[in-house]
Amino acid sequence: MGMLIKVGMADLKLCPKGQGITTLGLGSCVGVAIRDTATKDGGLAHVMLPDSTAIRNNSNIAKFADTGVKELVRQMEAKGAKRSRMTAKIAGGAKMFSFQNNSSLVNVGDRNVEAVKKVLAELKIPILAQDTGLNFGRTVEFFPESGDFVIKAVGKPVKTI
Amino acid sequence: MADFNLDNVDNMYFDVLKEIGNIGAGNAASSLAQILQTKVDMKVPRVELLDFDQIGAAIGGEEQIMAGIYVLVQGDITGSIMFLLEQHSAKSLVRKLMMGMATEGDDMNEMEQSALKEIGNIITGAYLNSLSALTNMTITESVPDLTIDMAGAILSVPAIEFGMVGDKMLMIQTNFTDDEEINGYFLLVPDLPSYSTLLKALGVMQ
Repeated sequence: MGMLIKVGMADLKLCPKGQGITTLGLGSCVGVAIRDTATKDGGLAHVMLPDSTAIRNNSNIAKFADTGVKELVRQMEAKGAKRSRMTAKIAGGAKMFSFQNNSSLVNVGDRNVEAVKKVLAELKIPILAQDTGLNFGRTVEFFPESGDFVIKAVGKPVKTI
Repeated sequence: MADFNLDNVDNMYFDVLKEIGNIGAGNAASSLAQILQTKVDMKVPRVELLDFDQIGAAIGGEEQIMAGIYVLVQGDITGSIMFLLEQHSAKSLVRKLMMGMATEGDDMNEMEQSALKEIGNIITGAYLNSLSALTNMTITESVPDLTIDMAGAILSVPAIEFGMVGDKMLMIQTNFTDDEEINGYFLLVPDLPSYSTLLKALGVMQ
């Protein structure tokens, strides 16, 4: 297996044919992996906040669940994927500490997960599997060829969903 | 009156923020040295303006397992302060403190975690006290919370706060070590508006 393509925080990328794509150390952010089941092409978004409309400085569309997921789908469609064949797997949305500095960010992990689910439902993309919530960080690896979504967490066995 | 803006941070401000790190972390490091009865060295503080994808790499890589003690800064300025230790360092620190009563290996039981939180509480308090004395501001701290996880996941907590105002995070980072096996960081992450408050209190911003 070659090097995995890396997606940073508040970033999204398409996965080159036959390769794998990863994002490291998801906390309350959510990793959204989308795949065209026929072409076996896919991509991964690492969204940080639920709602672009709640924030004034929202030029980075990859940062938000609503705009980030739509942009990933748009980029996949531009490469020939069909939305009707797309499926999604999601992970992350943890609560790393029991409190948060900014009160508008209380339970941001849960809200990120909800926002991702909402936009996927709008786009009629089914969620095949998820590993979300709780209180630990996750690294994810996505292999669009097989659809495998591998989740690694500290002190826990690696799991593939 | 120009507000503090992440897209245009004056070099002089960087120097002043570094000095804040120097004084705060210096005080914190000496209180740590006192608790442990050893010498604790502090590196020159760095003021880092990081893109979100650089944050994990700034502290040993996104997947580096770290103990993060997270404390909220309250009062005239707001934000957070974090005391981060590599997992092995965290356990070494606890072992020194508990004098032979600690368990083997790098995992920590509840009592050990509670001891680590208490250390975090004392030394972040020392950091903030010196900052408060320097600026003549009222600065208090919350109770500490501890998590042991990947650096990327821990640092995403302050990063998300910055995500609400822009695409970069600004933090004052100080690395410290003892002679043997403790290696860790203090991160002071004021909320964006608090940078102006700090710089004004120090007379470097109008």
